[in-house]
This record gives sequence, C-alpha cells and structure tokens, in this order.
Amino acid sequence: MHIPGGEFRSVIPEEEGDNSVAVADFLVQQAPVTNAEFLRFVLHHPEWQRGRAVSLFVDDQYLSTWAGSISLGPESGPQQPVTQVSWFAANAYCDWQDARLPSWYEWEYIAAANDNMADARALPEWRQDILSWYSQAGDDRIGEVRSGSANYYHVFDTHGLIWEWVDDFNAFLVTGDNREQGGADQLQFCGAGAITMEEKENYAVLMRIAMLSALEARYTTRNVGFRCARQSSE
Amino acid sequence: MWVFAVRDRAVNNRKWIAGLALIVALNVPAAQSSDGDSLPPNSVYQLQVSVEDQFGEITGLDRYRGKPVLVTMFYASCPHVCPMLVSTIKLTESKLSAAERADLRVLTISIDPERDTPEKLRETMERHSAEASRWSMVRSDPGDLRTIAGVFGVRYKQLPDGEYNHTTRIILLDRDGTQVASTEQLGRHDAAFLEAIKTSLH
Repeated sequence: MHIPGGEFRSVIPEEEGDNSVAVADFLVQQAPVTNAEFLRFVLHHPEWQRGRAVSLFVDDQYLSTWAGSISLGPESGPQQPVTQVSWFAANAYCDWQDARLPSWYEWEYIAAANDNMADARALPEWRQDILSWYSQAGDDRIGEVRSGSANYYHVFDTHGLIWEWVDDFNAFLVTGDNREQGGADQLQFCGAGAITMEEKENYAVLMRIAMLSALEARYTTRNVGFRCARQSSE
Repeated sequence: MWVFAVRDRAVNNRKWIAGLALIVALNVPAAQSSDGDSLPPNSVYQLQVSVEDQFGEITGLDRYRGKPVLVTMFYASCPHVCPMLVSTIKLTESKLSAAERADLRVLTISIDPERDTPEKLRETMERHSAEASRWSMVRSDPGDLRTIAGVFGVRYKQLPDGEYNHTTRIILLDRDGTQVASTEQLGRHDAAFLEAIKTSLH
C-alpha cells in the first residue's frame, strides 16, 4: 500500500519536548508476511532453511513451528503470519522482495490508525481494544492475516495478531533495569543518554518498544513476525 | 564498496501499488558463506560486508581472521564516552604481556560513516596513539550498519543534532571470529573479560 507521509506524535520523540516526527511517503505490505510466502523464500534461498541458516543469524527456535525445513504443518498454516523468524531472516526476505523492513516511525505511523482515522490513538475505545489484545496475546493459536478489518491506510493486522520487527529495532536504548544503578552503567550510553519516552499513557505501543528493545537480532519468538516496506519514489 | 543496485524483478502487484518506479538501496545483509572455509556457524565472519579503514583500504570484516580481536562500535566525533572506550581498551591491553599484546588485534567500527572518513579515522588513531599495525578504525556502507550492529549486539540511534546514542560494548572474537566474551565496563578493566582475552591468546 502506498502510505502518504505526514507528521505525527511519536512515543519516542527524536528530541525531548518535541515529539512530532515527520514520515516520508512509503510503500508497505498490507499484511504481515505469511508462512506460505516465507516458504517460497526459503525454497529460493535454501541457506535460510531451518537447519541450514547459520547460528550467527538465527537462534535454535528458528521456524520451529514448521513441520520440516520446507513444509509448514498443522502448527503453521499457509495464511498465518510467519513467526519464529529473526531480524536477519526478515531482512533477507525483504531484500529478496527488493524491499526493506519498515522503520519504527513508519510502523508506528500506520499503527496509529483505526478504520476511519489516520490517528485514532486518543480514542479510549481504540486503546482499550488494543490493550485487551495485549493482555491475551500468547494464549491462543495465532490467527490468519487479514482476518480483521483494514485500517484507514488499508493496512491489516497492525494490532491484534503479532508483533513485528522493524528495521531500526536496535535503535531503542530503553533499558529500565540499568537506570536504577546509575554510575558506571550510565556510561553505556554515549551522547545524550537514553531515549525519553513521551505519551506514557500510550501503554500498548510502549510495550512494543519494550519488547523490541529486549530482542537481539538473531532471536526468534512465537509472536514476532514482520512485513516489508519500500521507499516511495513519488 | 557502496553497492547500490536496482533490480527489476516483477513483484506481486496485489501487494504493491503498481506503476511506481521503485529504487531501492539494495543492502545485501546476511549473505552467508557457502564456500568450504569451515567457519563456525556463529562466527561473525559469516557476515559478508565490506569495511574501509583509516587508510582507505577496503576489506571484509575478517581482516584479522586468525588472531583474537577486540571489536567495538563508536564514532570519531563523540565527545565523552568514545574516548573512554579507546582508553578502556588500552587499559585492558596494558594488563597483557608484550608478547600477548602483539598477537591481539583491535577493530573499531564507526556508526557514523558519513562523517568518519578515512582521514577523520586516521586523525583519531593518531590522537589516541593507536598502533596501526594492530588497530584499525573502519567504516562500513551505511546500509550494512544495522546488520553489523545486530551481529555485535550494539544499539545506536542518530540524534537530530547529528550526535549518536549508542551502547558501548567491547567484544572479544576468537581466531575464527566467534564472539567469546564481551564487557560493558568502561574506565576500568573487567577481570573476567581480561581472563577471556588471555585464554584466547593461548
């Protein structure tokens, strides 16, 4: 989908006190990458098959829900989003599609929409819907992509299905556990210190950041998949 | 080495708006070694990227393969913490014997490839009296940086004023490029990390 750019308030502003962020036009996949799509990728790129992908790029749970290295099986239907994929694997898939992962700001921008507003984040019912998903995420089998309704941008599944890798997942320097220590640990941050998070009431989105900031690029988890994006030339 | 290619593979038009000319900076991350050089599967040398050093020489990440290597990521104009990274490495090295030191290599990778030109990196080397026979300061293709940081577990973010936030990890690679230890302690030597360095040298 073509996403017209714009300015919006990010929960992780670039500058303290000014949380407005500009996003340029971009293209993004309407739905997360499915198991069927990822299977096609590993058939073209056997080096990304389970059992062949090197451990520098994937952990030992990589594609563990698949029945085999090139077969999906009952735990991973063709229309379910692929999960148990590392950031490196997600990157390689998008690269194969002549694309890239969306940046955090791009993802946050499309995820701010509901079905008829570009930015629905101030609506209490929108927040409630999302929080209720986060509170049950992980309990059930993951649904199929596009089962819900498309949002304002005609994009599906930004909330309610899985969590998603972003290109700059390792740009978050949010480390709550380091702060209490002070002293030497503060020196882990070169420059202006840790990111300050605004919009603290936007708890659901902050949870995503907390989750992403806990991941290493080779980690795979049951709930994290991805979708690809591209620069728009228009 | 600044590889920007345009490919024209037909893509699925149901997913992508058709008719837009697409120009993508093609960053080939995670290209995997398939030749028979028997690298361990978790070796960072599995990552095939180019880096340019302070003399403008271009090599792979594996320029010091065969030697234990300390790796860190930094940027040359960083005012406070990055000089401490260099001095921490030197402090750690001072705990080694001359013979041990001679076998150890140091690779510092810039997170600011736009500003950290070979000249700038050379100046930084000189300012810190870093021995060019054992140290190099390199920059990568900007498109490969997130991947390199991903491999080393380093987090960084560019700030609006051009400075960066980044984590300060020093990573020890064994002779095959496997990450065997790391430290985030600055300004003092980390005893366990020093022990790991000595082990890797013997």
